[in-house]
Amino acid sequence: MTKVTFVDADGNKTTLDARDGDNLMQAAIADGIDGIVGECCGAMMCATCHVYVEEPHLTTLPQRSEGEEEMLECTASERRKNSRLSCQIKIGPDIDGIVVHLPEEQ
Amino acid sequence: MIKQTVVIVGSGQAGFQTAASLRLEGFEGEIILFGDEPGLPYQRPPLSKTYFADADAQRLLFRNADFFQRNRIKLWDNARAARIHRDRKEVELEDGRTIAYDKLVLALGTKNRELPIPGTRLANVLQLRTLKDADLLRHAAKNASRAVMIGGGFIGLEVASVLRGEGLEVSIIELEPRVMARAVSKPISAHYEQLHAASGVEFHLEESVTSLTGNKKGEVEALTLSDGTRLNADLVVVCAGVVPDIAIAQEAGLAVENGIRVDAHLRTDDPDIFAIGDCASFVHAASNRLVRIESVQNALDQAKCVAKNIAGQKGAQPQAYDRVAWFWSDQAGTKLQIAGLTGPADQWHVCQSDSPEKLTVLAFKDSQFIGAETVNNASDHMTARKILSGRDKVSFKDFESSGFDLRRLAREKTRTG
Ligand SMILES: Cc1cc2nc3c(=O)[nH]c(=O)nc-3n(C[C@H](O)[C@H](O)[C@H](O)COP(=O)(O)OP(=O)(O)OC[C@H]3O[C@@H](n4cnc5c(N)ncnc54)[C@H](O)[C@@H]3O)c2cc1C
Ligand code: FES
Repeated sequence: MTKVTFVDADGNKTTLDARDGDNLMQAAIADGIDGIVGECCGAMMCATCHVYVEEPHLTTLPQRSEGEEEMLECTASERRKNSRLSCQIKIGPDIDGIVVHLPEEQ
Repeated sequence: MIKQTVVIVGSGQAGFQTAASLRLEGFEGEIILFGDEPGLPYQRPPLSKTYFADADAQRLLFRNADFFQRNRIKLWDNARAARIHRDRKEVELEDGRTIAYDKLVLALGTKNRELPIPGTRLANVLQLRTLKDADLLRHAAKNASRAVMIGGGFIGLEVASVLRGEGLEVSIIELEPRVMARAVSKPISAHYEQLHAASGVEFHLEESVTSLTGNKKGEVEALTLSDGTRLNADLVVVCAGVVPDIAIAQEAGLAVENGIRVDAHLRTDDPDIFAIGDCASFVHAASNRLVRIESVQNALDQAKCVAKNIAGQKGAQPQAYDRVAWFWSDQAGTKLQIAGLTGPADQWHVCQSDSPEKLTVLAFKDSQFIGAETVNNASDHMTARKILSGRDKVSFKDFESSGFDLRRLAREKTRTG
């Protein structure tokens, strides 16, 4: 289990114990984090799982793939330097304590 | 105010989302969500894709059990509706229970079309709609070596891909002269026929199956095609399309027309009954055609719309359903996406591509842009959706003058619009 924290657009924080091996979108969805949709079930085809990742994890996460880069161009809320698709973030010890912010809109 | 009870029949994609969205919209009454499958509501798309490899059913769930409790959603599984008593505003279950509703949402989905040929009850003749089907199929695939898909639509092709990946020999039998014929343009069909053939899938196009025959143990052994060809197989997957599962609506006297007929607000001809998702037919505003759409997007967006209309204040304007349709499929290691409803297209344009793995095909009707099909080109797909959701119609000429560059066109349109 890995601790992950979601902060919604109004600043409300929810911390979950997420299952290792899942991705961050799946963890959020299962627990009913409202700001994440995950319409394409993680196939990198919908960009409705957009999050803003806080440091220090932003730097230590594996780089975005070309596909993720492309989808991030199409997010409903503005793309920022720390934009990621949560379906592409694997849960495991290396992201323990990660904090991500949810956009206004997916 | 007296609290209302919303009853949702069918706990698939659309039914589940209705319950969740009702709470998001601030609905405070009772929500009863029930369906005939066992367990918590889950997503179907991975069943023909990633579930084959990981078999992790927990990953398919929309939400944990906890979520339903927290949101006061009464969830009943293994519960099938047998009848709707509109006069008493009650739903009767097959086990005899009755539930009273103020508003009823029908999210019944589809069932697989049955083939009118001998042999479909043999062992190892399977279909794929539910999690249970997927488990049976995974299990059967472990002991099989030659699989035949009856039907070359999205699910047939996705399953073919997955089974090839497991090392089975795979053939596809398709009635039409090309795969996915009812859903995509010729260039996309051709692209996928080539990809699947390159991975070793064998095609029998413009053929149908006339019978299935079994061995002494009652397991399928071979198929006979309309031209007399005999194909050996120890696994057959019937993916010959689906039909809406709407007998209870029909018996209750609701209007049906290739699905439960609903108006722009997703209401049936009974003002207290709504129908959404795969089981509902409605007039698509942009093309003025009666359509029934089988996709996650349609199920999700209709559920959100219905939740708004039910939770909305009395006297408030109901919301019309007008979202741009989109769909995806994972096959042969590629990502196929469709934006818009391209069915009525009378003109197609294949865009120049900077890579053989990418393909974008634009669809026009009466010289107007109605949709785009893309392979491995999510950004063209998203841009097409943006253009389609804009208020202005976009013509073939507009595309010509922007050199068929979707992003440039989208920028121009948003600047002037
Ligand atoms: C294998 C597979 C792969 C797919 N892949 C994709 C994809 O990649 N992209 C995409 O966009 N779409 C895909 N789809 C389609 C998508 O899953 C459906 O469009 C979506 O699930 C529709 O939601 P729904 O709620 O209308 O119907 P469903 O999700 O089918 O839910 C309907 C539920 O109602 C139940 N039910 C029916 N009658 C009764 C009754 N009388 N009483 C109680 N319960 C009842 C059914 O058993 C079912 O559980 C796929 C579907 C399948 C089967
Ligand atoms: S869930 Fe669709 S892109 Fe992440």
